[in-house]
Amino acid sequence: MVFAIALIILIIGSVAFHFLSPWYLTPLASNWDTIDYTIDITFWVTGIVFVAINGFLAWCVYKYRYKEGRKADYEPENKKLEVWLTAITAVGVAAMLAPGLFVWGQFVQVPEDAWEMEVVGQQWHWTYRFPGADGQLGAASPEFMSEDNPFGINPDDPAGQDDKLIYDPVVHIPSGKPMHALLRAKDVLHNFTVPQFRVKMDLVPGLVTYVWLTPTVNGTYDILCEELCGVGHYTMRGRITVEDQADFDVWLAQQPTFADTQAELPGDPIAGQASYAVCAACHGFQGEGNVAMNGPKLTGQSAWYLERQLKAYKRGHRGTHAQDTYGQQMAPMVATLIDEQSINNVVAYIRSLPDEPPQHTVQGDVANGAELAEGCVVCHGDAGEGRHYTNAPRYAGMSDWYLVRQLKNFQSGVRGTHPEDKYGEQMGFMSKQLYGDDAINDVVAYINTL
Amino acid sequence: MIGKFFKQLTDKPWLPPEQEVVAEINTGAVALAVPPARVALRLFLCVAFVLFSLFSVAYYVRMELDDWRPLAEPGLLWLNTAVILLSSVALQIARQAVQRGNTRTVSFTLTLGGLLTIAFLVGQYMTWGELRGAGYFAAGNPANAFYYLLTAVHGLHLLGGLVVWARTVKRMWQGAEPYQIRLSIELCTTYWHFLALVWLGIFWILIST
Amino acid sequence: MAYVAIADQDEPLHDPQSFIEKYIWSQDHKVIAIQYGITAIGVGLVALVLSGLMRLQLGFPDQFSFIDPSSYYQFITMHGMIMVIYLLTALFLGGFGNYLIPLMLGTRDMVFPYMNMLSFWAYFLSVIILLASFFVPAGPTGAGWTLYPPQAILPGTPGVDWGIILMLASLAVFIVAFTMGGLNYITTALQARCRGMTLMRMPLSVWGIISATVLGLLAFPALLVSAIMMLLDKLIGTSFFMPALINLGETLEYNGGSPVLFQHLFWFFGHPEVYIVALPAFGIVSDLLSTHARKNIFGYRMMVWAIVAIGGLSFVVWAHHMYVSGMHPYFGFFFATTTLIIAVPTAIKVYNWVLTLWRGNIRLTTPMLFAIGFIFTFINGGLTGLFLGNVTVDLPLSDTYFVVAHFHMVMGVSPILVLFGAIYHWYPKMTGRLMDETLGKWHFWITFVGAYSVYYPMHYLGFLGLPRRYYAMGGAEFMPESAQSLNAGISVAALTLGVAQLIFLYNAIVSLKKGKPAGHNPWEATTLEWQTPDTPPHHGNWGDKLPVVHRWAYDYSVPGVEQDYIPQNVPRGENEQSGQT
Repeated sequence: MVFAIALIILIIGSVAFHFLSPWYLTPLASNWDTIDYTIDITFWVTGIVFVAINGFLAWCVYKYRYKEGRKADYEPENKKLEVWLTAITAVGVAAMLAPGLFVWGQFVQVPEDAWEMEVVGQQWHWTYRFPGADGQLGAASPEFMSEDNPFGINPDDPAGQDDKLIYDPVVHIPSGKPMHALLRAKDVLHNFTVPQFRVKMDLVPGLVTYVWLTPTVNGTYDILCEELCGVGHYTMRGRITVEDQADFDVWLAQQPTFADTQAELPGDPIAGQASYAVCAACHGFQGEGNVAMNGPKLTGQSAWYLERQLKAYKRGHRGTHAQDTYGQQMAPMVATLIDEQSINNVVAYIRSLPDEPPQHTVQGDVANGAELAEGCVVCHGDAGEGRHYTNAPRYAGMSDWYLVRQLKNFQSGVRGTHPEDKYGEQMGFMSKQLYGDDAINDVVAYINTL
Repeated sequence: MIGKFFKQLTDKPWLPPEQEVVAEINTGAVALAVPPARVALRLFLCVAFVLFSLFSVAYYVRMELDDWRPLAEPGLLWLNTAVILLSSVALQIARQAVQRGNTRTVSFTLTLGGLLTIAFLVGQYMTWGELRGAGYFAAGNPANAFYYLLTAVHGLHLLGGLVVWARTVKRMWQGAEPYQIRLSIELCTTYWHFLALVWLGIFWILIST
Repeated sequence: MAYVAIADQDEPLHDPQSFIEKYIWSQDHKVIAIQYGITAIGVGLVALVLSGLMRLQLGFPDQFSFIDPSSYYQFITMHGMIMVIYLLTALFLGGFGNYLIPLMLGTRDMVFPYMNMLSFWAYFLSVIILLASFFVPAGPTGAGWTLYPPQAILPGTPGVDWGIILMLASLAVFIVAFTMGGLNYITTALQARCRGMTLMRMPLSVWGIISATVLGLLAFPALLVSAIMMLLDKLIGTSFFMPALINLGETLEYNGGSPVLFQHLFWFFGHPEVYIVALPAFGIVSDLLSTHARKNIFGYRMMVWAIVAIGGLSFVVWAHHMYVSGMHPYFGFFFATTTLIIAVPTAIKVYNWVLTLWRGNIRLTTPMLFAIGFIFTFINGGLTGLFLGNVTVDLPLSDTYFVVAHFHMVMGVSPILVLFGAIYHWYPKMTGRLMDETLGKWHFWITFVGAYSVYYPMHYLGFLGLPRRYYAMGGAEFMPESAQSLNAGISVAALTLGVAQLIFLYNAIVSLKKGKPAGHNPWEATTLEWQTPDTPPHHGNWGDKLPVVHRWAYDYSVPGVEQDYIPQNVPRGENEQSGQT
């Protein structure tokens, strides 16, 4: 009796949970409503079966509970019943399979008028490539990959010269047009997923896979990696903005082509020296840093990181948080650097300054710090020297008080929570591995020994 | 045997069995008249066959990718192939001799079969040296890697067989009567034939691609 | 020696007297079964603790400093691999297979007792190698139980130096152990059945176990092949599965290999593996239901055919794990079709279980509670399989919590409910004493309701789009705050569920000494293992004379006979009216 009631409660509870659950498919933002319909059909068929069989089970448990002296039926088989059940099951299965195969037919057939783009995955970042005016993506392969050519585009392929490169996890696409996304991985398996688009596909090193969809609803969505790709898997996020064609064209026009990135002039340290005068007040004349002025050491830091941070300040991805007092001071300073070239120049000047080891101001348990740092070295390098591939800056030999402050900022969300700052978000995740101020001090004390 | 198996599957076991079945049950003949060790060996050969088949499938799939560079198979392989076939023949003679109780022939051919097998393994190992000498390293190309892999897996199976062979030879030298080692010899022979066939398959895959 | 199990009088069985020979280097299938069982449950407890740690992290992120992302990925990997291979496969086949095949088929032992012993010790060695990886530098591998290359053997994944090597080595040893055991089980079932035990008189437990063993023998080679090739990629730098790639900024020497090839090999093993776990559960639960409902299993022949059909079909559905793997998309049509076809024989089995209860006389003993609980969770898990098998529906759901919920319901919760039922059912035969029914019922209710409340809601997190194998979700925009609350709730249920298993351990240990004496046949069952002259059975199982079988395994409530069961070794009586249908 109890068991029968329990089964009934579970059946009713399951059905009620389904209808009342606030957790269900995210609102659809692509053309794949057919996938949602297939799910609905599957739900109806399986739901009816679930209620029917379990209901019958509960009834049997109640009705045929043990009674002394009663005898069970003796019925080894019942051909007619079994044939009927098999036939009904087959019909139910066909009812789910047929629409499934039909929709899959649409999925494998990319529309002729689809426009192409490329999604490139690596541990643990997304980058993107759009064809230029020629509408063609240039050939690419790991053999051409380097710090200057992270996409591995063949420099001799004319089709690749005008490719637009988005070396950032944040991307835009136009709405209303079928998009054929070519998927490429540099290192291990990844999976390109946007829940609102419904479709997904693995990125496989050595292959180019694809997925196609027509974005239908303007908005900004999360991109997730859904194939385990190493220890940073869960931080491999991106952001995709669906917008009208006109807005997209404006955005795309601002992105550099492959030729632009290759032809980029090296910064001019002489020109940069003039701009640096503003910086020197806080960061020191030799870029050595000044703890009293809250200006961290700049020398020794890699150029790409300095450039990225200056641009982040400029675009408001950093230094805009209400509690980021020091970052807010930095933002107007960066405004004095009017364009990309002036940023390159000042960075070139900083790179020309001598890299003197800074004073140590942080004390902590070095042994414990070394253990804690095992999580850091995967991206930042074994000696904390920084690694361009993983977009991780150098921390060895930099201002230790600044590291402590930034770790705290990342933990508290003062830094790394701007929606466009995906690199910062990643460090936000990682900084949470340090529990308490002692742990931060320990790890920085260890860094001081490098 | 398999036909009988499937016929049995349609029995209605709750009904009283037919007379012939009852008779069979009463005489205890329900178990098959094959020694369990032979059944187990046949099953094992199925498992080994799946193993080699999967390696072959992997070979053909991997071959389709563009970095595949076929290697020049050492000529020694032809000789090795002849040697392993001869060892199989020797064991076949041993099997027939043991069934007739011909101790001297058994002794000679059984020993010969094992020695030929050892010669085969040595020959296979020499092809490795030859290939390495010619610069075909395993890490260099998947074709090379598969060569080492397939010959090694096949060789390991033969080594396993040689363990059983050695125990049989030891018993023979200790004066076991033919009927006492008959099953061992029969099983060895089956196993050797199987591995000779597998080798022919591997050899064909290697030279034809 | 080999014929010993068949003949009544032959050379006496190897009959050891010293403790070591009797309980350590034992060749008795019953002792080996218990050795398998204890080892599997022991290592399973490790996996259970790992799952508790995972749930702590998922339910309450950023609270526990001892669970960092590396450890988390190591936990999921080891939890998955242990549960699937070292617990479920080993306990069903090594444990129950060993115990039940000779007893249910009326033999004195396995046909190759020595090889049986080797099988256990090789398994034990594989467990040791596996657990050793917790103690090597950088710990066990964190590649996920699927061990997909290139990631599994590259820096950036935890345990890439030693962990992965030990994992692959342990799997290879396990496969050797399994092959030795498996050859034994099948040869015994084919060659050594007692007189009268025709194939169709075998209990479904045996059908399930030997079918699963056949699947294992044919499927494990695929795992061995992929393990060997990956080991070579790792150790000597071949490129079987490794394409040209950049690893954390460094260009490696690999070139041209195919990660998808590994996935095909892995799942060619991995899908049958699902049925290696499920088929013994199907078989055992059939016997539990029939015995405790006092009614023959409904549609015995259909049940046997369904087991065989499912076993066969399980080799042509593997790529349904790979719909979004980047394999040729046209495979999707084929594999979706075969996968949904397999639903038909599976559904027939479910109908027949329920129809066995129909018009039965159901004794709600503890084993029966677990068996009925299994039907409920299996229906749920089976139906969600229709979502994932149908290629289109899989697109939004694959790699999400929906998958995690599905496979835990169908091959975690369901087989484990059967395992518990089986332990409560056969414990009196193994020890001579019954387990405590009250504790058993508490254990059932907490386990059944707990497991359902862990995994049923989890499906909805999957619909929402939560990816599996995420150490932390952070502030993803599509995910409402309440989803994290649900995750916390699931964790509470899971931890309760985990702790409640102590009730079972306590019951199993205390009942050894204090349980009610069971007698020979406490459940009044028909199958042969309950007809042994001694309980627990002595070495050689049957005393002087092997049993002779006169009927099928399901003569419950036969019309015209007073007693509601007739053991298989009882000759046909005159009043029996069993031949009516």
